[in-house]
Amino acid sequence: MATVIRGKPVIAGECAGWALVSHEPLSFWGGYHQATGEIIDRRHPLSGEIAAGRILALPHARGSSTTTAVLLEAVRSGAAPLALITTGIDHFLALASVVADEMYGKPIPLVAIRPDELGELKSGDWIELSRTGALRIVSNVPRGGG
Amino acid sequence: MMLELSTRDQALLDGRHGPANRMAMQIIVRMAELSGADRLMDITGAHVDSSLYMGEATLEFAERLAEMGGRVRVPTSLNVSGVDENGWRDWPVPPDWAEKALRQMIAYERMGCVPTWTCAPYQTNMRPRFGQQIAWGESNAIVFANSVIGARTERYPDLMDICAALTGRVPAVGLHLDQNRSGQLLVRLVDIPQGLQEDDTFYPVLGYLMGRLAGEQIPVVEGLQVRPTEDQLKALGAAAASSGAVALFHLVGITPEAPTVAAAFKSRKPRRILDITIADLQSAWRELSTAEGEELDLIVLGSPHFSLAEFQQLAPLLKGKHRHPEVQFLITSSRVMAALAEKAGLLQAVRDFGGRLTLDTCILTTPMLPPDIRVLMTNSAKYAYYSPGLLNTQVVFGSLEDCVHSAMAGRVVREAALWQP
Repeated sequence: MATVIRGKPVIAGECAGWALVSHEPLSFWGGYHQATGEIIDRRHPLSGEIAAGRILALPHARGSSTTTAVLLEAVRSGAAPLALITTGIDHFLALASVVADEMYGKPIPLVAIRPDELGELKSGDWIELSRTGALRIVSNVPRGGG
Repeated sequence: MMLELSTRDQALLDGRHGPANRMAMQIIVRMAELSGADRLMDITGAHVDSSLYMGEATLEFAERLAEMGGRVRVPTSLNVSGVDENGWRDWPVPPDWAEKALRQMIAYERMGCVPTWTCAPYQTNMRPRFGQQIAWGESNAIVFANSVIGARTERYPDLMDICAALTGRVPAVGLHLDQNRSGQLLVRLVDIPQGLQEDDTFYPVLGYLMGRLAGEQIPVVEGLQVRPTEDQLKALGAAAASSGAVALFHLVGITPEAPTVAAAFKSRKPRRILDITIADLQSAWRELSTAEGEELDLIVLGSPHFSLAEFQQLAPLLKGKHRHPEVQFLITSSRVMAALAEKAGLLQAVRDFGGRLTLDTCILTTPMLPPDIRVLMTNSAKYAYYSPGLLNTQVVFGSLEDCVHSAMAGRVVREAALWQP
């Protein structure tokens, strides 16, 4: 069962992966472990989840301006999310991707969707992201050791 | 919307002003395109948070710009560093961390930034003016500059702040522009006792709640019956910028762009109206603490950095008293404030109490705390908010007096009458 959401490609890229979804904004500083990709904000619903290599969907970053630096460090250590989905354009996350591209040639794909569209995503969905910003979402895929 | 670059912008981008400016302008231009800006604009001051050592990537970024000859074009202050340059050896900071953090500090100094090393630059002589267009990083400094001073800055992320300082240019969007500075969310204080509004703890709690409610929106608070001090506004903003993404708030009758509610909203209708009752605030107060029980290892004050006025407030509480041998008492502040406090004779009270001082940095930004520190107590909502995640400690939020009494007792002591239902 697949749905398609036509998002806006803020930083274009192509990938496919498992979704980690929250409706609560996150500060990556104090919230994302740059070496492991664990969500470490203990008051956040995703606390304890590993976002490294997954497609992280959330409304936007919040709090510290150091979010950008944490995300850049995560790119460098290989613990960044595979892609980011936000409602609206998040400048903190976009900048990290721009600098990761400038420094390491490794931009993180970033797609902007509408708030109601975020409501259609669930953790555990399989998402295929294309350069046009289109998201193909497959729900209820059994994860055999994924 | 097409981004139009000036002749100078194009020259920077083409590399005709050196490789550091080329890289910085490339980043500014990409962000401008993303923001839908139709042009760039000048800034006349900057506050850079990028100098905070976070790991190899931030160091590489800094040293690359410095090696390429980057020099800031506008007066630029620096936020907290990754290490207390002169005092780090008094704590178990790993030497290789200190070495890299110091290298990063030097890279920013080489680029001409002023080594203020504080998250409260608005309390130094680099404080901006009303209406001044600036590029500031550090969430609490951004919200203070916009809200309390009425200067104009966007929420600049780390890594973009230095690019703005080098080029002197930023996208002409967001809070730099008049029309974007109006309130969006009306927050009405309902039946909040005046005694509570006069208490210092009211401000961090209100800020924490305001941040959660406002998200990225611009809140306008109506119903405050007292005139907060700068340090109370500092605490309010720091909390709201931590629990939310608040870059600008208006307090009706208090902050410079909000003489009236209508002015705060530029005569537009609020998108949302929220009433805050004492019950809402009490709930927020409870959320700021994660520790249960009386165990306590460290009392820490100074996020944002302790000001001279705060040292003045603290000294009489410490006079003639001493901390319990099994808890530590730490204040984080800036070199400037510590020097002023020393001259005023206020640091002696801290030392006689058995307290310690850390400068340039704070417990959240340098790995200074020994692993046996499991429970902290603080009067800072910012410390309370971030400590559980960043430091893996539990935290108790209390008043300044609570913190001092707890330091003396060696366990959590709180006079919570104002906050109990």
